[in-house]
Amino acid sequence: MLWIAIRMLTGDKQKFYGLLFGIAFSTLLITQQLTIFVNLIERGASGVYSAPEAEIWVMDPVTRTTEVNYAMPPTALDEVRSVQGVEWAVPHLRAVASVRNSEGDLEGVTIVGVDDATLIGLPERMVEGDKSILLQPDSVLIDDVGLTKMFAPGENPIGERLELNDQRAVIRGIADAIPSFTSQVTLYTKYSQALNYVPGTRNRLTFVLAGVRDGETVEAVAQRITEETGLKALPREELAQSGIDFIVENTGIPLNFGITVALGFIVGVAIVGLTFSLFIRDNIKQFGALKAIGVTNFKIGQMVVAQATLVGSVGYALGVIGTVLFIWGFSGNPTFKGFYIPWQIPFVSLVAVIAILALTGWISLRSVMRTEPAAVFR
Amino acid sequence: MAKKMDTPENIDARLDGETAICARGIVRDFQAGQSTIRVLHGIDSDIRSGEMTYVVGESGSGKTTLISIMCGILWPTDGEVKVFGTDIYALSDTELVNFRLENIGFIFQQYNLIPSIDAAANAAVPLIAQGMAIESARRKAMELLDALNIGDQAEKLPNQLSGGQQQRVAIARALVHEPRLVVCDEPTAALDARSGRRVMDLLRDVAVAEDRACIIVTHDNRIFDLADRILVLEDGRVTHDGVEMPDGH
Ligand SMILES: Nc1ncnc2c1ncn2[C@@H]1O[C@H](COP(=O)(O)OP(=O)(O)OP(=O)(O)O)[C@@H](O)[C@H]1O
Ligand SMILES: [Mg+2]
Repeated sequence: MLWIAIRMLTGDKQKFYGLLFGIAFSTLLITQQLTIFVNLIERGASGVYSAPEAEIWVMDPVTRTTEVNYAMPPTALDEVRSVQGVEWAVPHLRAVASVRNSEGDLEGVTIVGVDDATLIGLPERMVEGDKSILLQPDSVLIDDVGLTKMFAPGENPIGERLELNDQRAVIRGIADAIPSFTSQVTLYTKYSQALNYVPGTRNRLTFVLAGVRDGETVEAVAQRITEETGLKALPREELAQSGIDFIVENTGIPLNFGITVALGFIVGVAIVGLTFSLFIRDNIKQFGALKAIGVTNFKIGQMVVAQATLVGSVGYALGVIGTVLFIWGFSGNPTFKGFYIPWQIPFVSLVAVIAILALTGWISLRSVMRTEPAAVFR
Repeated sequence: MAKKMDTPENIDARLDGETAICARGIVRDFQAGQSTIRVLHGIDSDIRSGEMTYVVGESGSGKTTLISIMCGILWPTDGEVKVFGTDIYALSDTELVNFRLENIGFIFQQYNLIPSIDAAANAAVPLIAQGMAIESARRKAMELLDALNIGDQAEKLPNQLSGGQQQRVAIARALVHEPRLVVCDEPTAALDARSGRRVMDLLRDVAVAEDRACIIVTHDNRIFDLADRILVLEDGRVTHDGVEMPDGH
């Protein structure tokens, strides 16, 4: 009977494609929008992700994220170093500055100053050049996405001079970094050099990055630092989460994406619901005949479930493939750099597809179940 | 009003057949808005195997309602129906559905063929529903389509067939699982006189057998002469039961 059910469905090409389209469209909209949403808000944590060695971030208690920060006195570094369980601790500076780009326009940049001796605090990989090039005087690294804002395509930034706070800076390498939420240009340099690039106030140490000794847990050491220094020490994941939360709380992004995802769901329900109930209505006589001939309601139910499953799985696959193609197609675009599809998202859209089909299938199924077999003689 | 107008010989001949359906005190009410309409007023009737029984009567007299109750697709308000000895409305829902699947073949006026499967598969539906593999079911259906002279149309979809060919497919579907009772409602209503007769001849050939009963609802007086027995319904009552139509019809 399932064979008959499938043939009934695929035989009605128009409705079959309508159903596939409805499911694929919903899946695509939900998966794609959620993917963009998650990747965008994760950029609120790009500052944390771009310094992979740091296990603990220590900051002033009022600091909220890597971007929204308040500097500490320079003595904080030694205080952190003296806490038991801290294997190493290095200074980390994050500040904003303005720089003129090649066209003479002013461009806001993030200056990141990393430990002179160890270079801890740099992104893991380089697109061009070696990290050690920072040891040369006046050198800065630029992030690969920011690069596209400062320079025309094809223009080689290596060796370009910039002026920062009346100081000379020379771009000597390109870092492979996760773009920040605003895709603002990031310049990496030595801590001592960064102090010169950022207009002078007394306190400019924004973070202390720390590593944990073997046998100690990150949480326990962070707790100890907080208690002993009065500063705020967070495991890296927590600061990353704060960055994400900050975007969620301070932008209309969740609402906007939420609306689109809800629309995807509603459009799916509408298209699939209408088409499915049309399909069932067109075939109600045939279903009635099957019931009269001797097909139980249970088997009729199985038939409708088989039809829904076919439409659901093919439509869902098309939608997910569409999303993958979309992400893949735009992977070269700096706006979408590093975008990935967390497994939870296809799962969420799968649940949405199942909900759409369960809802619409149930409504259609009820009319089939209610059809009296005697109706076939009318 | 004379209820039986048969000669004694006819009655004896009929009683030789096995009783296929034994209906007693069949009452059926329908709800029409606030009021209840009684469509069947306590019908007692036996249908015998080996006969082609016609149920005739004016529109609205309750023919369709009666045969629907007799073949187990419409619950009577009151009364008892035994089909081959089984009290069908004492069965559970599922048992009744399976009983129909095993014992009853249906020919609907509108055929109700499934548009997206070919003639052979349509004819094989009862076998497939019984759980037979599709290929063997199709093969069995093919034999019947051959017997009905449309074996060469077996791979066409219903909408590629003429009305008469579709009806043959519907007949094949009614007979493919060798049911002991075949029920048709207005099988010739949509056909011209010649095709109507041909279908009835065909039904006679394939659907009437020693151990098989066939009930046909019709008000097509062109084919009354093909009946073994005619039941006349008037306003939900049997007013005639005999081998020929009563005078005046
Ligand atoms: N489901 C129903 N609900 C309400 N009334 C019904 C229903 N089915 C039949 N009736 C009524 O029962 C009466 C008999 O109907 P039935 O279909 O049995 O007549 P019929 O003899 O088959 O007529 P026709 O020759 O026109 O097919 C009619 O008055 C009809 O309106
Ligand atoms: Mg009728």
